Parts: sequence; structure tokens; C-alpha cells
Amino acid sequence: MKFSTILRHLREGAKNIIRNGWMSFASMSSIFISLFILGIFVLLAMNVNFMADQIESKVQIKVYLQTNVEEAKVTELQTKIGNITEVSKVTVVSKEEGLQILKEAMGEENGDWLEGYNNENNPLPISYVVDVYDPQTVEAVAAQIDSINKADGTNPISKIKYGEGYVEKLFKITNAVRNIGLVIVVGLGITAMFLISNTIKMTIIARRREIGIMKLVGATNAFIRWPFFIEGALIGFVSSVLTTVVVLICYGQIIKLTQLDLSLMLIQLVPMKEAGMMAASLILIIGTLIGIWGSTISVRKYLKV
Amino acid sequence: MIEMHDIWKTYADGTHALRGVSVRIDRNEFVYVVGPSGAGKSTFMKLIYREEVPTKGQISVNGFNIGKLKPRKIPYVRRNIGVIFQDFRLLPKLTVYENVAFAMEVIEAPRRIIKKRTMEVLDLVGLKHKHASLPSQLSGGEQQRVSIARAIVNNPSVIVADEPTGNLDPETSMGIMNLLEEINFRGSTIVMATHNRDIVNNMRKRVIAIENGNIVRDEARGEYGYEI
Repeated sequence: MKFSTILRHLREGAKNIIRNGWMSFASMSSIFISLFILGIFVLLAMNVNFMADQIESKVQIKVYLQTNVEEAKVTELQTKIGNITEVSKVTVVSKEEGLQILKEAMGEENGDWLEGYNNENNPLPISYVVDVYDPQTVEAVAAQIDSINKADGTNPISKIKYGEGYVEKLFKITNAVRNIGLVIVVGLGITAMFLISNTIKMTIIARRREIGIMKLVGATNAFIRWPFFIEGALIGFVSSVLTTVVVLICYGQIIKLTQLDLSLMLIQLVPMKEAGMMAASLILIIGTLIGIWGSTISVRKYLKV
Repeated sequence: MIEMHDIWKTYADGTHALRGVSVRIDRNEFVYVVGPSGAGKSTFMKLIYREEVPTKGQISVNGFNIGKLKPRKIPYVRRNIGVIFQDFRLLPKLTVYENVAFAMEVIEAPRRIIKKRTMEVLDLVGLKHKHASLPSQLSGGEQQRVSIARAIVNNPSVIVADEPTGNLDPETSMGIMNLLEEINFRGSTIVMATHNRDIVNNMRKRVIAIENGNIVRDEARGEYGYEI
């Protein structure tokens, strides 16, 4: 193919969008709406996933020592627990800090229950807060800590707590939510593809006669196909850019409006940058591919005229 | 130029459109193809521009055995055959200029030459001034002139015209005929199917009459020969 012919195809492809104004508009709207819904759901799924991660990351192991454990032993145990591969961090909570936390947890009204206690007569034991890399491993880590406890015979640990029973349920729920989100997104993606390719098919059926005339004049199949291909790609690309812009503006607004309320509930939304990259690349790729795919398939069908 | 040897055409539904047609049309001839509706005229025309393939027999156009042509090669043969229809078949969204230029873009002619040659043929058919109009803005006669311009823009050796005046009033029809005659003078072979008695009888040319799938008459300066 000559270079001038390539330019010609590009020119014709772009011109065809204008020439078939209403049909182009119909295709673009259909792509826009499908991708918009898809985009919203992708963001929704991302956020659900993100929240599930946040909730899971709150799962920690609390290790309470006996009240009479010595300073040196406290450090030694901390190192030992820290050496478990799955453990990311071990924080020591001193007696004083423990009392402080307890007071806060009981709130102002019930705080007076602890009124008489101070640093001298603090009844609380020293404890550790153990964080793990993958929250789903807490059960195994807790077991390992227990074996450390039993290893030297002195049993310095009195209690290991990680929300047994409750944690397993939580993970079941978060996993289910993730899977449902994925299924919805995939389902919507497929629906969008059908919707869009159907619209493009319609526009090409309308131009069947046109293709027949081109063939009569002696146009090769490739010559006929190229402008349609470019037209499809352009329509797909332009509408997905539009969709991306609108989806991201909406998301930005949602972040702004809910920031205060949600942060009170200790929930965060996926930050704009991360969500934007994901949604934009997904929408752009799907939109453009569908445009190309729809036009190529449909033209091939009518090239047999 | 165009040679058919014992051509048979049977359609999928069992209709025998042509039954053993043999004919030879030489370079630069002007031939009318006449006959009642459904006699096989259209099939005869379609075989020439390879819209249909014969069920049996040999057909060659410009030296190509087009009955056995690979689909990939069809476009290249068509570029040497200009086709004109009763219903014009212009691309509705392209301007007059673009419609004619399209036939040249297809052969990948340089833009500069496309421009020059397109304006030249539009001038020849008398529509240079309407080059920017859309087909829908033209009269029937004008649209047919555009389709003639498109048919001749690549200097094809054969022009196939299937009832080119079928939709036009007598006066406009005469204009179109004069144009076709002019094109014939310039060296193109013209094969024209028609129902127009006046045209055939006034502009005496070779007449091939097809009835019931056979050539029943082939006269050098013939008459239309039918009542209607």
C-alpha cells in the first residue's frame, strides 16, 4: 500500500464519522453508556476490595504476658516472635500504655471504674501487638507463638488472642465480596462488548449498499476495510476518552464529598491516582478494541456482497 | 474484446437464465441488448462485469478468462470495466467530486492526477459546476451523468450500461445517449441493455436480442423489434 493511500484511509475514516453523523453519535453514546457503567463498577469493585484489605489489615494478634516476667525476657520474646517469617511487626505495650488504652476503650462514662489505678498499682500485664503480612495467616502465627511459649518451660505468656472464629467469618465475607465484584465487572464487560458491537453492526448494515458500490468500482477488500477500521477505532477511542474523563470527574467528586464522613468511620477510598490509572487504561483499551473489532467483523461479513 | 462461448447460467432456484449463449463483441463496438423482462439480459450484463459466474461455458473480457477468476483478482478486472445502472448507485454521502474521484483512489492514483482527471470528466459530462453537490441535490439525469463520469474516469475499455435511461424522461435520455456515443467515439466498447424503443431505432447500432435465455437476433444496424 502506498503512503498516500494510508493517508487517504485515515482521512476517509475520520470524514466518515462526520458523514454518518447520527450513526456515529449512536455508536458513541452506546459505547459511552456501556463503558460508563463498567467504569463505575470497576471503581466500586476496587473500593470494595480496598476496604476489605483495610478491614483485614486490622486483624492483629494480641499476646499477654504473665505479670511477673522480667525486662530481659520481654525483649527476648519480642525478638523470637519477630523472627517468625509471617510477622511484620511486634510492638510492646507497656503496663502504662495498656492502662491508657483500656481507659480510652472504656470511654468517659465508664472510665471512673479505673479511677484508683495508677502506675504504682497497675494490675495489667505487659503485652505485644503482633502484625502479620498476610492477615489470613494469623491462626498459624498464633500457633507458632504458642509453641515458643511452651519451648523453654517457663510459660511466660498467659494469653494469645486473635479473634478466633470471628476472623475466619470476616475472611469468608471479604473473599465473597471480592469475587462478586469480579463477576459483576466481567459480566458488565461482556455485556458492553455485545452492546457496542451490535451498534457498530447496525451502522455497517446501513452501509451495505455502499460497500457493494465500492466493490463494483474495483475496490479491493482491504481498500474498503481500512477506512471502516479507522472509523471504528476512532469512534471507540474518542468515546472511551470521554467516558474516562466523566468517570474520573465523578469519582473525584465522590472522594471529595465523602472524605469527612468516611474517615470518621476509619474507611478510606482508593486514591484518585491509583483508581484513575486502572479505570482509564481499562476503559480506553476495551473501548478502542471493541470499536476495531466491531467494525472489522461486520465489514468482513458484507465484503462478500 | 468480450467473448462468450456456450454460456449457461442456472440460478440456485433452478431458473435457467441463459441457455448456451455464444457471442463476440469487438473493441470499440456499441451494442444494444434488448429483449423482454426476465429474458436473461441482466444476467448477460452481470457476467461481463463478473457479478455472476457462468454455470457452464467460457467468457473472456479484455483477454481475462473471468469465469475462472480468483476472487482476489476480481477488483483488478473491474477497474477496466465501467458500469452504469438504472438506479445510478452513487455513494449518497459523498459529493459529486468524491464519487467520481473514489474510482481513481481505488487504483491508488496520485492525488494531483485524481484532481485533474476528475474535473476533466466532470467537465465532459457537463457537471463541473456541481462538483461539490451531494447526489440528493441533483436531478435524475444529472445523477446518471455523475455515474457515467465515474464509469469512464479510469478510461476503461468496456462500459456496461444496464438500462441507463430507465429512470429518465425522453429528453434527458437523449442527453445521456449522446454522452455514451461520445465516449464510444473516444474508444470504449459499450454494451447497453435497454427497453427504450426510440433510442434503439433512432441511434442505429448493433442489436442483440435475448429471449428465453438464447440470442434470437443479432443485427449490425438493427431495430428494437418489440411492440413496447
